[in-house]
Amino acid sequence: MSLQTVLPGLQLKNPIMPASGCFGFGREFSDLYDLSQLGAIIIKAATKEARYGNQTPRVAETAAGMLNAIGLQNPGVNAIIDNELPFLANYDVPIVANVAGSTVEEYVEVTRAFTRTSNIQAMELNISCPNVKEGGIQFGTEPSLAKEVTRRVKEVSHVPVYVKLSPNVSNIVAMAKAVEAGGADGLTMINTVTGMQMNAAARKPLLANKTGGLSGPAIKPIAIRMIYEVRQHVGLPIIGMGGIVSAEDVLEFLLAGANAVAVGTANFHNPFVCPDIINQLPTVLEKYGFASVEDAVGKGHENANTYLPRT
Amino acid sequence: MINKLDLTVVTRQSIARDTVELTLHGFKDINQIKPGQFIHINVGSESNHMLRRPISIADVDQTTGTIVIIFKIIGAGTDLLSKVSVGERLDVLIPCGTGYPIDQISVNHALVIGGGIGVPPLYYLAKQLVARGVRVTSIIGFQTKDAVFYESNFAQLGDCYVVTDDGSYGHKGYVTSIIDKYSIDYFDYFFSCGPTGMLRAVSNQLQDHNGFISIEQRMGCGIGACYACVVPTNDDTNGFKKICKDGPVFRANEVVI
Repeated sequence: MSLQTVLPGLQLKNPIMPASGCFGFGREFSDLYDLSQLGAIIIKAATKEARYGNQTPRVAETAAGMLNAIGLQNPGVNAIIDNELPFLANYDVPIVANVAGSTVEEYVEVTRAFTRTSNIQAMELNISCPNVKEGGIQFGTEPSLAKEVTRRVKEVSHVPVYVKLSPNVSNIVAMAKAVEAGGADGLTMINTVTGMQMNAAARKPLLANKTGGLSGPAIKPIAIRMIYEVRQHVGLPIIGMGGIVSAEDVLEFLLAGANAVAVGTANFHNPFVCPDIINQLPTVLEKYGFASVEDAVGKGHENANTYLPRT
Repeated sequence: MINKLDLTVVTRQSIARDTVELTLHGFKDINQIKPGQFIHINVGSESNHMLRRPISIADVDQTTGTIVIIFKIIGAGTDLLSKVSVGERLDVLIPCGTGYPIDQISVNHALVIGGGIGVPPLYYLAKQLVARGVRVTSIIGFQTKDAVFYESNFAQLGDCYVVTDDGSYGHKGYVTSIIDKYSIDYFDYFFSCGPTGMLRAVSNQLQDHNGFISIEQRMGCGIGACYACVVPTNDDTNGFKKICKDGPVFRANEVVI
């Protein structure tokens, strides 16, 4: 069965890729399995300068998921280009760079820095990180800001730009339309849901940052709902994510309208989850009567044609 | 190299209050394991326990091909783990982290200082040191009498001082008070694992000595990919270390605790 998926800038062997922040820059997982098996890899966020991130503890388990508040720790875009991307270039797998910032100018500078490498095939614009004090999620919750940062990044980018949408909004369709108007080539959705958990004994939040981003199966229904809604109004390709742990979950995302998916938190529970899902996906698609990945995309909509791009 | 394996529970026993010891079988290359390393245990499905639990390796038995882990029941995950039955299998990542570099240092007399659930990894360390002809003095601290474990195990390897916070067993006070009281300064390396406050006190008190500490932190992936368990380095490079991968063992004063 064909798992092949073609998206702007990305020729995918299969529609499965690890999500940004859950896979580092691939080195650790390359000790466990051949990264060339993956559809693509979305690497950890890049900012202009190196960032240490938040204080620890940075993670806490929750019902059917976890909270994290890493705080975009990364060595800075130039170190990523020089030290991480050449390693990933050893593998036959498309790389999606995740671009973060706290001002429009920083997003533009990071994007411009990436133009000196041919080792990335697309970019994911991170306008939805809930764990940085300024920027990040503000760009992802205000349509006019989202449109503007997308437009500015598109002006300098040398590869297609996918914009990562935040679920922490009341109108996800308005956000999707805004970044479409800004020139986005695709959407990735959803980022984590802002949350908090208390430690009863210590009488304070479990995370040093107090709030964090909720991920894992707990947020899957939110992701499915948002992808379904966006699919009905926006023609851009969607890389879906949010709580995927199995090939059955992948099919749900495809039915809702995602063209490919990213697997995040599940990598912590089972570091082999991506190759496991890739192996199981043909069986699951076949079981439910689909001849290919593409065949399943959007089939969860009552009128499956409504999601198609308008000409 | 880290393996993902199902290990079989061979024995399970409670060895102190809320403290459980499991013997696990099924990892063929146990001679790879270094003292101070840990295993990352899946304690449930993604819908109840998304995160694995990092538990240090307390002992390795080459003849039976088993490892021993000891953990304290402190939450829902460790509670579930404590209820595992003999014969059941545990999905683990093994071996994780960087252990005590005992083959890279020259040591004649080691001072081993453990606190509470930081005591277990020091047992395999002490055994390995003794096997290399190193003299080992140990100080193991616990909150109270009911929490004490492995006293006789350590006593078989050398002088062993037991200390409790409330004085209900052994010496009263902290591990650091034993160092003062008995003027213990005749060692060339110290090795410590325990709560952060204790490690800080030990590192301060023994700042003129060479030593290694093993630190604990809530972890995500356990393999160095997620940046959940980082610690700043104690220098002017603005650097950091990943506790799960570069540690949990560090040179004393290498990182900010």
